[in-house]
Amino acid sequence: MVDSNLPIPGAAAWTPRIVAFFCNWCTYTAADLAGVSRLKYADNVRIIRLMCSGRVDPQLILTALAHGADGVLIGGCHPGDCHYVEGNHKMLRRFRLLQRLLADLGIEEERVRLEWISAAEGEKVRRVVNEMVAAVTRLGPLGLPRRRLEWDRELQHLEAEAEMPPRAGAEPVAPAREEVFHA
Amino acid sequence: MPKPKIAFYWCASCGGCEEAVVDLAEDLLGVVEAVDLVFWPCALDFKKRHVEALPDQSITATLLNGAIRTSEQEEVARLLRRKSRFLIAYGACAQLGGIPSLANQFDREQLLRFVYAESPSTTNASGARPQMSSNVNGHTLNLPRLHQVVRALDQVVDVDYYVPGCPPPPKLTKAALGALLSGKLPPKGAVLAPDIALCDECPRKDNKPTDLSFREFRRPHQSPIDSQKCLLAQGLVCLGPATRAGCEAACPAANLPCTGCGGPTSRVRDQGARILSSLCANVAAKEEREIDTVLAGIPDPVGTLYRYGLARSLLRRRANLPANETAPVP
Repeated sequence: MVDSNLPIPGAAAWTPRIVAFFCNWCTYTAADLAGVSRLKYADNVRIIRLMCSGRVDPQLILTALAHGADGVLIGGCHPGDCHYVEGNHKMLRRFRLLQRLLADLGIEEERVRLEWISAAEGEKVRRVVNEMVAAVTRLGPLGLPRRRLEWDRELQHLEAEAEMPPRAGAEPVAPAREEVFHA
Repeated sequence: MPKPKIAFYWCASCGGCEEAVVDLAEDLLGVVEAVDLVFWPCALDFKKRHVEALPDQSITATLLNGAIRTSEQEEVARLLRRKSRFLIAYGACAQLGGIPSLANQFDREQLLRFVYAESPSTTNASGARPQMSSNVNGHTLNLPRLHQVVRALDQVVDVDYYVPGCPPPPKLTKAALGALLSGKLPPKGAVLAPDIALCDECPRKDNKPTDLSFREFRRPHQSPIDSQKCLLAQGLVCLGPATRAGCEAACPAANLPCTGCGGPTSRVRDQGARILSSLCANVAAKEEREIDTVLAGIPDPVGTLYRYGLARSLLRRRANLPANETAPVP
């Protein structure tokens, strides 16, 4: 195992960063309900509201992980309840193959989770978030930007010899090409 | 006026891109007429010192094919970058990492162990492994270091343009050389191919259903393929929807599904995730178990969805593999 999983010396104690994609009609409303019901849950999630879990392009999930998220949570309506009829089924199908792809690329299953949470289930938001934070805490940081820097150290022994402008891939996440992103 | 200088170079690739240059056929004579070839180790006898002797920026354009996976390839890529006004990533390996970058699923030790010991075709009773330095008849022979990570060219040096394809079709090569020689160049960083999906130039486009519905995924060797009907409609994993055009849909025209060598269009950030999204959304099944049964028809998701571009994908490499243990730590 690479040392990315060890705490960074001098850094504040690590806690997971989890990006959550919640559907407007069910899970986001449930998170609102959890809020107005004053349910307390771990503050490690950054919630992003989308109109439907069917809008969660796998590129969004990979982008979150590549930019330093330790986990991604996707919340949608229960099967049969999708506001757009079958967006959540589309998400489920993508999720099933994405999980296999991520396993092949060494990313643990618990880091990406899909849950059906209806607008009435504020309590389930709390439970799922807390469970996920606990699971990802056990796994430790994913830290892909830092890992990429470590991987690229093998290039630097020649860098000093070449008087080149800084190469585009040197920053942890900046793609060399212009970021044009219409999912 | 001196002719513009052109160089070709070959890194981690199969040699098909060199073939593609020769595939220009008699047009190659026109190119040779118009330019001064200063470096093309595959075809002509030039040495590295000849390139080193050139002034910086004196080569008009270098077309470099292949991924970067050894210290030697890295060194020559940097040298050619310094000597060239335009550095062109030529072909899928230089643009995206290509098939060699599927090695990013493994670390160096796993690769060496498989190749020099475990593969069914290996005969290596003495367990010999390549050594970076060895003595033969009183001479020291050195080999470059094999990197842990396979990289696309722009992950090592600055790249001006990309010519996609495995290998690039002659038409794109000719257009790229024409643009370089005439100086009519698009903005830096452009991929020198149409920015549309492959489906747009596919001869089967007219019968592509608006609503695809996959009940199973078939692989090309499993049953006969209809030569007219959209390959996706036949349940074949065709990467056309997430792949850049420019090859005139050569594979579908030859009755085989597109495997994605043209790379993504500018609207796609991660080709594999994009085609995964499209394929899965159109699976007919709704229950988890039935969905899994259909998706079992894609037995190797990484190899299928990232066949030509794992190095340039968002994740780049299997996450839990080691970095180079001997590289200097800053």
